[in-house]
Amino acid sequence: MSTQAWTFFWVILTFGTYITIAWRSRVKDTAGFYVAGQGVPTVANGAAVAADWMSAASFLSMAGIIAFQGYDGSVYLMGWTGGYVLLALLLAPYLRKFGKYTVPDFVGDRYSDTARLVAVVAAIFVSFTYVVGQMRGVGIVFSRFLGTSIVVGIMFGMAIVLFYAVLGGMKGITWTQVAQYSVLIVAYLIPAWAIAGQLTGIPIPQVSFGRIMQELNGLQADLGFSEYSSPFVNQSKLNVFLITASLMIGTAGLPHVIVRFYTTRSVRAARWSAFWALFFISLLYLTAPAIGVFAKYNLLNTVSDAPRAEMPDWFDAWESTGLLAFEDLNGDGTIDYTPDPATNELTIDNDIMVLATPEVAGLPAPVIGLVVAGGLAAALSTASGLLLVISSSVAHDFYYRRLRPDATEKQQLLVGRLAMAGAVVIAGYFGVNPPGFVAQVVALAFGLAAASFFPTIVLGIFWKRANAAGAVAGMGTGLVVTAAYMVATLYGGVEPILGVAATGFGAIGAIINFVVAVVVTKATAPPPVEMQQLVDSVRYPSPAAVGTGKPPAGGAH
Amino acid sequence: MSEDAKRAYWSRNLRLMVILLAVWFTVSYLFGILLVEQLNNIVINSFPLGFWFAQQGSIVTFVALIAIYAWRMDKLDEEFGVAEDRPGSVRG
Repeated sequence: MSTQAWTFFWVILTFGTYITIAWRSRVKDTAGFYVAGQGVPTVANGAAVAADWMSAASFLSMAGIIAFQGYDGSVYLMGWTGGYVLLALLLAPYLRKFGKYTVPDFVGDRYSDTARLVAVVAAIFVSFTYVVGQMRGVGIVFSRFLGTSIVVGIMFGMAIVLFYAVLGGMKGITWTQVAQYSVLIVAYLIPAWAIAGQLTGIPIPQVSFGRIMQELNGLQADLGFSEYSSPFVNQSKLNVFLITASLMIGTAGLPHVIVRFYTTRSVRAARWSAFWALFFISLLYLTAPAIGVFAKYNLLNTVSDAPRAEMPDWFDAWESTGLLAFEDLNGDGTIDYTPDPATNELTIDNDIMVLATPEVAGLPAPVIGLVVAGGLAAALSTASGLLLVISSSVAHDFYYRRLRPDATEKQQLLVGRLAMAGAVVIAGYFGVNPPGFVAQVVALAFGLAAASFFPTIVLGIFWKRANAAGAVAGMGTGLVVTAAYMVATLYGGVEPILGVAATGFGAIGAIINFVVAVVVTKATAPPPVEMQQLVDSVRYPSPAAVGTGKPPAGGAH
Repeated sequence: MSEDAKRAYWSRNLRLMVILLAVWFTVSYLFGILLVEQLNNIVINSFPLGFWFAQQGSIVTFVALIAIYAWRMDKLDEEFGVAEDRPGSVRG
């Protein structure tokens, strides 16, 4: 069978599995739709979080970015894993104890309805920014491997996500994600093992890529590039620090990740879910740097200084998508790959590296097809989790909690499903007209999440004195300043202040949020006693621990 | 649960948190970013050490940190009697 036939085989097989799972776990009530009835086992929840989390950016773009940026790509590796430590230690157990449906639920109950509204807007904004990248990823995969245009690919992805997200809500999404995790991790690891064995004789990529990296350092030096492992070539030390921090804090503040800890059976299970989630994620993240090195090494060896006419089939295939371009500037018929834009003849999009690597390494057709299915699994699983947040923000936090508290279950579900359908269409539109490459779009979402949710929730749990005025002021300022900085530096032609990259500004936005929240809180009245009791109740896992204690000082009211 | 016990439980929780976050900061920001140039002079198994921390070591440490946290908190919950009732739990 040809590569395309194998691709069709895997895509149809995996999509059929997802649809079957979604159909079998369809739901009829809001608890099932929003938090899967709080009945998801710990390890399964960990796998679902991992799939929810690892998006088109992790699967398709990350290894490619690392391949081109070398050490400087570490910001994604540390940033997108280190956030789980913050999440596990500072948020997950407490939010599970709180035990409602959404992130705005906590913000609203802990602070005020105004704070809830700001949180709703932030949740929708962040999730939209993020879902656009997923749609784009689906489009790229379809266009290259199934011979459609990117637009048709996006349409197809929209239809699939719509089907199972609307049908099963969180329950359907969770169990589908467990399957999607299995597909994507197998699809990621098999080529990595195979290529590691091919190049080094040791099929453990994490152990063996050091040796290839030494050779790659020499290869890059010969072509005039700086060494692969040398730090701070593309980014200053300050930016590497800030971007890593923004991604970490953003990870811990992303609504679609936080809500996953509402779905576990207990507080204890929420903590262990965080462990399993990062364990499953680390399987991919520890492999990505190896793939980056192998991909770059194979690519340089194949294309550099080689005649264009002798390029294998994959070269033509990627050229036709426009994601790889060769322009014979000096007319000698060979490919000159150099760091100097005036003589460089080859441009390669980051997003194609993972998909192209098995072909470049000459792996068999079934493996290549499997990687395609894995890329789709990563994009679809994340998109469905995000769409759930968007639909719950509109239907639960806004429609039910603000507009129509008397709405029946049926009405709430209907509004949730309509909101989801609307979100898919808008996300699809921006997928066709994206504001940047996949990982960059996602990186912006992190900055916004870092500057809005994380400080507000952490203060709400760890500082009883934190009040509504402080939370609203902090969230609002953090969000507005961060968004303004990103837009101004990326699109407004404004020079970055002190060279701080737009993607690194989230950490500064988070600090602004903290400072404003503390200052405004100090200047205004303490929160009511019920709020302080709520804080007490989320700090102790067992319900009995709170009820039997003395009422807090000043409890009479 | 008395107010004293609640305070003790909470401060033990905070102490564990601070220790784990100190390690978290050290392996990523300190070893992986701020001291990366110095550590890269040490090469183990073809890996410059600073680079290794940034792309492998920090991630492995993060996984271990969460495991330690979940395990220690289980112990703490039991000690203070705030563990949730779990059906099928062998410990009363």
